[in-house]
Amino acid sequence: MVPISWYLIWAAALFSIGLFGVLSRKNAVAILMGVELMLNAVNINLVAFWRYLDVRAIAGQAFAVMVFAVAAAEVAVGLALVISVYRRRQTVAADEIDLLKW
Amino acid sequence: MQPELIVFFVLGTVAVGSAIGMLLSRNAVYSALFLILNFATVAVFYLVLGAPFIAMVQVTVYAGAIMVLFLFVIMLLGAEHLERRTGADWQKPIAALLGVVLLVEAGYVLLSESVSLPGINVPAADYGAPVAIGELLFSEYLLPFEVTSVLLLAAMVGAIVITRRDAPRRKKR
Repeated sequence: MVPISWYLIWAAALFSIGLFGVLSRKNAVAILMGVELMLNAVNINLVAFWRYLDVRAIAGQAFAVMVFAVAAAEVAVGLALVISVYRRRQTVAADEIDLLKW
Repeated sequence: MQPELIVFFVLGTVAVGSAIGMLLSRNAVYSALFLILNFATVAVFYLVLGAPFIAMVQVTVYAGAIMVLFLFVIMLLGAEHLERRTGADWQKPIAALLGVVLLVEAGYVLLSESVSLPGINVPAADYGAPVAIGELLFSEYLLPFEVTSVLLLAAMVGAIVITRRDAPRRKKR
């Protein structure tokens, strides 16, 4: 079998790519996409540890299901915020949304 | 042993490549499509790990519902080409540095500690079945499950309230 550290390193790679996306992109929708990628990497870790530690304790999968639910809620609210901001300011670029900056 | 390695490397290459493609593509629609490809490969990984229910939820919830929502918003706002207009040049190198540092740190820890768990073969086919996960969610993790339902309700109400177009003022007329 593939050693677990490969899965973990691969998940860390996806997480780092997502982190880079969140930090470097200016489109607010693309920033949310980076957050999705990071949540997904966390899910891979949960499922991999479930598989390699104890198959009978399926808590890892239960937590993965909860992460799915939280991700769905986060995307719904985040995209609603993006739509609301676009209506008022006609932009979704993160550095043009600066009303709170003095 | 050998086929699993090949599957791992092919899928890993596709997943990381599609994630990088998501970063590099200028058009936000292409980014979303690359992300769908990434989620699909991750779903295949869940199948390899022996979690078919999680894989199916990944396809339906992530690649299906969430990404359709993303594409819908991108096309509704016409937000495909907003990257070029503005730019802070110092942002990208710092972001790349932080991402690489995190990756190197995680890789170093994982390799030096030599996280080597034996890997148990699945004893029966129904481990990780929806029935088992549901029983666990409704017995041991009942409170987190209920909290999640409250969270989903709050997100739904919040999304509706935020996107409503100043409805209360119109009612006063």
